[in-house]
Amino acid sequence: MSLKGIAIDVETADPHSVGNAAAILSEIASRLKKFAASGETSLIDLKSLPFSPYEYEQLRFTLGRGEISANLDAIGTSEIIETQFPGVWWVTHYNVEGDIVADLIEIAAVPNILLSQPEDVRAGLERLHAIISQSAS
Amino acid sequence: MKDHDTLEHRLTEQGISRRAFLKFCAAMASLMALPPGSATAVAAALAQAKRPSVIWLSFQECTGCTESLTRSHSPTLESLIFDMISLDYHHTLQAASGFAAEKSRDDAMKAYYGKYLLLVDGSIPTKDGGVYSTIAGRSNLDLLQEAAKGAAAIVAVGTCAAFGGIPMAKPNPTGAMAVSDLIKDKPIINISGCPPIPVVITGVLAHYLTFGELPALDELGRPKAFYGETIHDRCYRRPFYDQGKFAKTFDDEGARNGWCLYELGCKGPTTHNACATTKWNGGTGFPIEAGHGCIGCSEPNFWDAGSFYTPLPAPTAEVTTVAGIAAVAGAGAAVALSALDRAKKKHMQQTHEKLTVKDLHD
Repeated sequence: MSLKGIAIDVETADPHSVGNAAAILSEIASRLKKFAASGETSLIDLKSLPFSPYEYEQLRFTLGRGEISANLDAIGTSEIIETQFPGVWWVTHYNVEGDIVADLIEIAAVPNILLSQPEDVRAGLERLHAIISQSAS
Repeated sequence: MKDHDTLEHRLTEQGISRRAFLKFCAAMASLMALPPGSATAVAAALAQAKRPSVIWLSFQECTGCTESLTRSHSPTLESLIFDMISLDYHHTLQAASGFAAEKSRDDAMKAYYGKYLLLVDGSIPTKDGGVYSTIAGRSNLDLLQEAAKGAAAIVAVGTCAAFGGIPMAKPNPTGAMAVSDLIKDKPIINISGCPPIPVVITGVLAHYLTFGELPALDELGRPKAFYGETIHDRCYRRPFYDQGKFAKTFDDEGARNGWCLYELGCKGPTTHNACATTKWNGGTGFPIEAGHGCIGCSEPNFWDAGSFYTPLPAPTAEVTTVAGIAAVAGAGAAVALSALDRAKKKHMQQTHEKLTVKDLHD
């Protein structure tokens, strides 16, 4: 039985922010400023930072959703969302069991994980050639 | 070993794309608490990583550490065992029993002499010739000394193996000792905690197989990536401490508002572990999030360090300057506050000296 099978009510009633979410927002702002000026990309690992469940939701709410959302289906799903602030992406990787294995804020034009990888491109090209030669014969 | 032993090759064989591998590496970097952005470096190292042989010996212990490991979910235990390490002996998890089980250990020790990783949970009784804990008629002490000889490194899993733990608590009837008390000529890494956080166990194993060496350690032999900060430094309730808002009993208004548990005996300020960020039970929470103070289980002699409900000696007022710095420094605040000299804090904990605001600024 996975944890998902147990009904857990996450207490989000705490209306008091203790300031952790605000601190992350400043961090994001300073990195976004750098990105805007020099194109320097960066990553923030949310799993290494302290949050109450309420503050995590608060951060989600503040960053919101922008124009793009993408799903990756590779050893579990991944959710890649551009927040309402262009250049600020929320990348969440899940494993096959649906647990979060990495939760990142990526400051970039496009998150790295969305780019086609040269190795995969070459392998795909081989497959495509195989199909063409098969249909030709 | 041939190239088909590398992780990259095994993953390619399973039809796993490069992008999926990069995702896996992002998860691994997060798991190992490496700086974000290390995923590329992890990918390069991991692509060539070989499966190390692992021998796990359980001594004077409660099996809680193994219970913890089997609840590790990222990566799953199965993938860790089958893809990343070769677990050649673990008397609780292995299928073989009796002579066959003991033989599998002997075989692995011979085949991978000088190369295998030795994991130990439980302390080692040394009184009366080590008679208080034996496996297949041999004392734990004897088994440890034999297995340590051919080990590339030893990982002491749990507070018992790392520091003696509960078996060593007063009056220590079995003469229990930690691995590092007995083995002096091998690199030893201590993954303390009662039990240790599952992903810290797998994170350290992942680090070893990714980079082929043990991670950076603190003065107690614990990996800095996970034990570099105190629970207090990374606690989401820390801002309440800075504001002087404390729960006084377990059911007062402060407790209900989620205020700091310091006055209820929380050992967070003197305990080094990653619970506050890594969390437990698949990331559900950690003791303080459930409303109970930290009991300091990853520190030496935690069982004999006084009541779990007696507050630590430390400042409860005049931290406004520090709180001010915290507000300005933003995300870095928790880190900045940890600048307090750890050795000093530890000394104070042991001698019950008063910690002053000045100490926080030093």
